[in-house]
Amino acid sequence: MNPSAGSSQPDITYLNHETTVSSWLLTRDHKRIGVMFLVLVILALLLGGVFAMVLRIELLTPGPTIISAMTYNRMFTLHGVTMVWLFMIPAIPSAFGNFVLPIMLGAKDVAFPRLNLASVYIYVAGAGLTLFGMLWSGADTGWTFYTPYSTTSPTAVAPILLGVFVIGFSTIITGLNFITTVHTLRAPGMHWSRIPLFVWALYGTSIIQVVATPVLGMVLLLVCFERVFGVGLFDPARGGDPVLFQHMFWFYSHPAVYIMVLPAMGVITEVVCAFSRKNIFGYKMIAASTFGIAFVGFFSWGHHMFVSGQSTFGSGVFGVLSMLVAIFTAIKIFNWVATMYGGSIDLKVPLLYVLGFIFLLMFGGMTGVAVATTSLDVHWHDTYFIVAHFHYIMVGAVLMAFLAALHYWWPKMFGRVYPERWSFLAASTIIFGFIVTFLPQFLLGNLGMPRRYYQYPAELQWLNVLSTAGASLLAFGFSLIAVYLLWSLRYGEASAANPWGSKGYEWHSGSPPAPHNFTEAPRFEREVHDYTVPEAPRAY
Amino acid sequence: MPTETSPWEEHFGSRENQSKAAQLGMWLFLGSEVLLFTNLFVGYGVYRYYYPEVFVEASKHLAAGWATVQTLLLVTSSLFVALAVHYIRQGRQFLTALVLLVAMGMGVGFLGIKGWEYWKHWTEGALPGEYYRLEDLPVQGGSLFFTLYFLLTGLHAVHMLVALGLLGWLVWGAVSGKYTAEYHIPVEVGGLYWHLVDVFWLFIYPLLYLVE
Amino acid sequence: MNELFRRMLFLPEQASTVAKDVDQLHYVIITTTMVAATLIFGTAAYFLIRFRRRSETEVTRKVEGTLGWEVLFVGLPLGTFLVWFFVGYHDFIRMQTPPPDAMDVYVVGKQWMWKFTYPEGPNAMGVLRVPVGKPVRLLLTSRDVIHSFYVPAFRIKQDAVPGAYTQTWFEVTKPGSYRVMCAEYCGLKHSEMWAEVLALSPEDYEAWMQEQRRGLVSRRDASPSAPEREEPYKPARQAARYDAQEPHGEVMYGERGTLAERGERVAAERGCLKCHTVDGTAHIGPTWRGLYGRRERLTTGETVVADEAYLTESMMKPQERLVEGFAPVMPTYLGELEAAEVAALVEYIKTLRGARLETIRSEGPVYEPIGGK
Repeated sequence: MNPSAGSSQPDITYLNHETTVSSWLLTRDHKRIGVMFLVLVILALLLGGVFAMVLRIELLTPGPTIISAMTYNRMFTLHGVTMVWLFMIPAIPSAFGNFVLPIMLGAKDVAFPRLNLASVYIYVAGAGLTLFGMLWSGADTGWTFYTPYSTTSPTAVAPILLGVFVIGFSTIITGLNFITTVHTLRAPGMHWSRIPLFVWALYGTSIIQVVATPVLGMVLLLVCFERVFGVGLFDPARGGDPVLFQHMFWFYSHPAVYIMVLPAMGVITEVVCAFSRKNIFGYKMIAASTFGIAFVGFFSWGHHMFVSGQSTFGSGVFGVLSMLVAIFTAIKIFNWVATMYGGSIDLKVPLLYVLGFIFLLMFGGMTGVAVATTSLDVHWHDTYFIVAHFHYIMVGAVLMAFLAALHYWWPKMFGRVYPERWSFLAASTIIFGFIVTFLPQFLLGNLGMPRRYYQYPAELQWLNVLSTAGASLLAFGFSLIAVYLLWSLRYGEASAANPWGSKGYEWHSGSPPAPHNFTEAPRFEREVHDYTVPEAPRAY
Repeated sequence: MPTETSPWEEHFGSRENQSKAAQLGMWLFLGSEVLLFTNLFVGYGVYRYYYPEVFVEASKHLAAGWATVQTLLLVTSSLFVALAVHYIRQGRQFLTALVLLVAMGMGVGFLGIKGWEYWKHWTEGALPGEYYRLEDLPVQGGSLFFTLYFLLTGLHAVHMLVALGLLGWLVWGAVSGKYTAEYHIPVEVGGLYWHLVDVFWLFIYPLLYLVE
Repeated sequence: MNELFRRMLFLPEQASTVAKDVDQLHYVIITTTMVAATLIFGTAAYFLIRFRRRSETEVTRKVEGTLGWEVLFVGLPLGTFLVWFFVGYHDFIRMQTPPPDAMDVYVVGKQWMWKFTYPEGPNAMGVLRVPVGKPVRLLLTSRDVIHSFYVPAFRIKQDAVPGAYTQTWFEVTKPGSYRVMCAEYCGLKHSEMWAEVLALSPEDYEAWMQEQRRGLVSRRDASPSAPEREEPYKPARQAARYDAQEPHGEVMYGERGTLAERGERVAAERGCLKCHTVDGTAHIGPTWRGLYGRRERLTTGETVVADEAYLTESMMKPQERLVEGFAPVMPTYLGELEAAEVAALVEYIKTLRGARLETIRSEGPVYEPIGGK
């Protein structure tokens, strides 16, 4: 029996049961909210990508190329702000998490659908405020907003800070909703030990969101107050300590990296299982390491400050704790590869992205360990090595997972199949383009090129040109994806209910799912991704 | 299917579950709110460590006596809110509205005293950052104390305003008969919020007014 | 071998005593990463082929992770990482601890230039002259926003924070010119905030210093150090940025005597001597005679060595660590004193050695060279 033809599809789906504009704008359906978030974050990705391309073109020559130093400084700030807060943090949880999490748990919706809708509009309001700041005069502080520079910069920092503060509430609401949903809305038969690992990843993420986001919100608000009212909290002239800001900022912003990475790891786990047709190797270890990362992530912020004058002992402690995070990541990498053992592996595009993910995370993680060894970080801190390191994790890994999720769940979300050959071409271009873009940046960092440099020594030019060439490949790959996915929405072949033959719980519902996810109550009789029996799961 | 009039939402499965979810959600939100204050407390701790003498002197500019009255007002109001939850569980809507109104009155009283205190600081020049005009205390430390004072009490006052709005909404709901002995989730979670705002004050009050 | 790796990894030349050690750990980590990545991808590729899907209806065996595997997955990386950490941290401590015989240079970062001031008096914009083979300790601060002093060839970097002093050190191994860059983003001309370390042979350095001193003596006058206060420390928010076309190469105040001599004037002008004596008698505050390097007992019962860090701290945050027996009456000078004035005061206090007999406490003034040990 062909598993892709296994089950019947619902006629009325969440997409076609109501089609008016207001039925979208006022929807409380978690799936429509997920789709709205998907559109929003992709727009943010596009904006951030444009900023990135401007930066890369500017860096083609050692001196001024196309923009002034002031514009350049604004560009890298806006690139960072857009990518981190408008794209990366909400990307997987708010878009795919919203769509998939309730279905995976067998629920009809998230716990608080109205709040969920509110989170969309809060995001829009925050993003609007940020965009307003960008159009007004931008900001030139870097996305880290270090004081006292951020309190003195002549640019429009305040609206951008406020915008990020507002977006934080959207994140908190999503986290709160997910935790409550996991606790109260699991269908009968969904034991704690059966919860899919993507849900566990979102759960861990949600905890960080609820705990850390308000801390960040407040510290950004303080910088805002300092700019607008001159409260002097981080101003040395009034006895304030500018380094205190860095502690407060990284207390959130380091865990924020895990807000981005944990859901990505969850996606990878699902995709590895589905395309290897295997149960995950070490379910408990993967779930536990998720919480290990979420917990230890809160105690490693000081590794951003090895050269800021903090005590040598403090740096040592933060160094060791940072390595623990790497251990939890290593556990996951080993377990994903081990999952493939004894499987029935079908190399489809989502799995290709997973391989890309593992590769990039491996290098991102290992260079992370290298910087955590304190002595090496002194040379690398604030150079392009760090830029390359966090792009390997945040762009490389998170973006790979985002694309894997997009391709894996595309049929689920829209009931359409995308052209496979084009998707392979795009995936290979992106992975190759990524490596060409960021590998030279490691070497630039080794050579000692500090980050946020508008001009650089002439002998570094060829590496910068190489990096820009890679960036253009990336841009080409992304446009390719945009074209064929949009094409498939209209002209793509209709998808079967379970085109991959996956036994993830989300495939219990139709593709696309019915308005309330299930036409009859789903039953969870087998563990997730149990491929020991041939039938595909039924669509309820 | 949920109808427009019924407050019970169908996707929860059972009423107990809906109540449980609402409580859990509120607790998570409260946890998040607590963390909103952490930076200010951390800032207070750090700068008090930098400028211990100045902070002690600066706190003498505050009206500790009135703050004690404020504390009493808030604690009593919390009692009334707890009473409201008790009454609504028995379905006594009018009494619920009444005790909530009393609690709100106390909240307004609290804010009134706060406003008067602010006005006094204004005339004295005990203001944050660059508006600081006190002459008996150095700018280093002194201005930081008043920055933190205004941020802490101001953030708390904003929460008070939100909580007052919430209680007002609950009063209206109780009077119009929306809440019954069966359905009283909003009163419970709204009450939780009021208690939280109360608890914040119980931390702010000793830190700013009492600690020597 | 070292040279081969260095070129392969595009590392700059190794011009300081720590550079080689730092790089060696670098080589080990990169090599291990490459080997580990190859192994993992080799395994994945093997699985990809060995376990490829052969039919659409294929089922698979359930494979559970066993404890042994998981212990291996945790233990192997953990062990490796910890070894690296200990090696790295060992080097890091060395990089953070200036040797006792280091010479001092005060470094002030300012949008967008570096100023260097020597205790002997001369100062320079943008060029830091140091002798080869002698450890140099830098005491850094900033006059506006945070900067970071970065010399790639030495593998050192240290933030310069306004309102505080940080330190780092290096010892150059071969004469030459080395690029200094600002590594902490500091505004419009961040990428132009370059300077140069000029490493001279000890003889050349000595000759240069002699010449500087002669120049200083001939230009010395008795006027107070007014230029230091021409630019008062403005509150950060009001300080204008960008408008000032700061001339690169502006000569920093100074030119009037050695740093210690200027410190003496600053002490008189700023009223330090109202409370502190320089003759060894205790007054409202502790005497400065023999203060530098003395072990002081604090009100908390701890003891502290009065080194540069403690002296600057006492000016900026006088109440934080009080010497036993003195009232907490000293006002803070944070924002009052220019960075260069602080440096001058510290140097002045350092010259007041040779404690008088009556001031020697039971523990005795222990001369603690900088950096401890």
